[in-house]
Amino acid sequence: MTPVPPPIGYTQTLIADDPFWLTLIKVVIVFGALMVVTLFMIWFERRVVGRMQQRPGPNWNGPFGLLQSLADGLKLAFKEDIRPVLADKAVFFIAPVLSVVPAFVAWSVIPLGPEVSIFGERTALQLTDLPVGVLVVLACSSIGVYGIVLAGWASGSPYPLLGSLRSAAQVISYELALGLSIIAVVLYAGSLSTADIVAAQQTGWYIWLLPVSFVIFAVSMVGETNRAPFDLPEAESELVGGFHTEYSSLKFALFFLAEYVNMVTLSAVATTLFLGGWMAPWPLSLIPGVNEGWLPLVWFLGKTLAFLFVYVWLRGTLPRLRYDQFMRLGWKLLIPISLLWLMLVATLRVLRAELTTGQILVVGGVALVVLVGAALLLPDQAPPEDDPEPPVVADYPVPPLDLEVPTTPKRRRRAVAPAARDEPGDAETVAAGAGREGDS
Amino acid sequence: MSALLASAAPLTGGGEMSTGESVAFWILGPVALAGGLGMIFSRNAVHSALWLVMTMLSLGVIYMVQQAPFLGFTQIIVYTGAIMMLFLFVLMMVGRDASDSVVEVLRGQRLTAAVLGVGLGGLGVAAVAETLAAVGPLGLGPGYGPEARGNVQALGTSIFRDYLLPFELTSALLITAAVGAMVYTFAGRARHQHAGQRERVLERLRGPLGGYGSRSGPGVFATADSVATPALLPDGSVAPASLSKIIEATRRERLDADIADVRSTSGPAGEVDARALRGDGSGGGVDVGSTHDRLVEGEHEGTREDTESTESTESGASR
Repeated sequence: MTPVPPPIGYTQTLIADDPFWLTLIKVVIVFGALMVVTLFMIWFERRVVGRMQQRPGPNWNGPFGLLQSLADGLKLAFKEDIRPVLADKAVFFIAPVLSVVPAFVAWSVIPLGPEVSIFGERTALQLTDLPVGVLVVLACSSIGVYGIVLAGWASGSPYPLLGSLRSAAQVISYELALGLSIIAVVLYAGSLSTADIVAAQQTGWYIWLLPVSFVIFAVSMVGETNRAPFDLPEAESELVGGFHTEYSSLKFALFFLAEYVNMVTLSAVATTLFLGGWMAPWPLSLIPGVNEGWLPLVWFLGKTLAFLFVYVWLRGTLPRLRYDQFMRLGWKLLIPISLLWLMLVATLRVLRAELTTGQILVVGGVALVVLVGAALLLPDQAPPEDDPEPPVVADYPVPPLDLEVPTTPKRRRRAVAPAARDEPGDAETVAAGAGREGDS
Repeated sequence: MSALLASAAPLTGGGEMSTGESVAFWILGPVALAGGLGMIFSRNAVHSALWLVMTMLSLGVIYMVQQAPFLGFTQIIVYTGAIMMLFLFVLMMVGRDASDSVVEVLRGQRLTAAVLGVGLGGLGVAAVAETLAAVGPLGLGPGYGPEARGNVQALGTSIFRDYLLPFELTSALLITAAVGAMVYTFAGRARHQHAGQRERVLERLRGPLGGYGSRSGPGVFATADSVATPALLPDGSVAPASLSKIIEATRRERLDADIADVRSTSGPAGEVDARALRGDGSGGGVDVGSTHDRLVEGEHEGTREDTESTESTESGASR
């Protein structure tokens, strides 16, 4: 049923003899597809969030409102390009470019499909396959931060600077967790190449084998792309617009583009690392021939779209985290768990290589017993000391903690009763409001 | 990238460079050099850092061309992505307009530095040229060339098997340094200062500013909402801090009921039972609005003398 996986490095040799024109075609198609996907994503996000908020979303321009983001993009391009007086000219210009280019470059190592034939040339649906492909993704995201950080600094304005400081701290922290969660996958696949990682998942997706890694990757993926609920660098309620407050017109559009392309990139990476890349999901994978030719492109895009939907879902559901909570989540939860899990996975790998299953069970059982025994030896947590009720402050009346709110006096309610007769449910509110007017 | 890697012929054989490698070198070399020069000569600290980033990126790409993609990408991730980002982080705190001073503090410093710098460069070039002339390139060993699909495995074997002890010692050193930095950062901060929400509330209720925290919600407890109503201290006197300088205060007689209430419930120096304050002066009932009504119905003239008698320091500004 399961075909023999191709030898490690097969895809690289397959791509290595691509003629120049074929590489050029792939580059143009990847670039164009990402632009279109960005337009689609903006529409998709607005529609899905709209549906979650019980409203239609953009539905006027084109079928299902699909052309709305195109119109918005054109409008954005024709807006006035403003550069603040205090801005650092060169860096202000470089920042959006630095932000958008790595986002596109990361797509060069994503395997979109298996071996196909394009104009008679055997090749793989992948721009290039490096032996260190996963590192390309990490490197691109670490360069992409420069765009955000420099944008905030070059704007010469406090809010963007705060946003960029947050962004720098945030992306560095979450890149650690991201990298640590990838290591477990690399340990199992035995290669850093994305195509090899997909090929290694022929027997089972890594989401089942390494669920902890997947969860950590999924969380830090959201943190890495500055999306809600982790969108602290551009928190509207705190920083106006964050790092791109001073940007307008096409430069702003570039940041927008980078954000969405990054989203799509990391979704594709998650698909590649944990969901079997372009391979068909389980019931469909039983059909022979479903993993050959151009069809896998559909599975790949479907899985990526599922991740993108989760992104939108998160944005529509969760409130933004406070900054310290967010950093605590990264440093005190994700990274320690990653390290522990990595140690566990590595130990299991070594044990599997050197011991039989029976021996592993015995060793694991002994370890478990020791662990439980050690847990029993731990002293109980001290009960919280009885905290007496705080004394009432002496110089100004402070409501006691167990104060019951008195009901509104009848006398007042009567005063505004005629006006509030239409809405009996709101009578008390109106009365309270009317009573407060007398203060001014 | 792969085209570049493929065109850069394997170096395992000998010393001659392939065309692709030459092209890459003559593009990246000047760029790296320009980055270095720019770093030295730019006045702005952040610009310096950016030039350095350019040099590091060029070096990373040169490593990739030299059949070391792992090293190249690690260079980009670690140096440009983490270390330079931390530098930038600090530099951005310094401020945008912080530039180097161009005033020469030490006499003849610039000349001396130039001479010494050129001398050092000459020494370095001479040493490297000597080495290049005397030692022929050997190429990559087995396990490191293109036939090994990158040198990750070979690197892993070297680091984690052949040189495990130095590696672990280095990491222990780094961890010690990091822990030491943390200890110095947090030294002197007591553990109990990391208070939770409850502790902070209690602190505020008990602390010196306890009386001037946020007020209760409307209609909940306060005897009056008007800013013209001075707050009363437990002994019944008017709290000076509650007097507004621009608003006429309420006449003192109108507060007699409240003063009596405060005094009757507790002694002048004793603790006030907050539940006993009702605000209507009658000592019973739940009509919280009565004091307020009394205040807004009354006239507000003639209050200046009262507040002056209560608090002389505030009186000058109370008109």
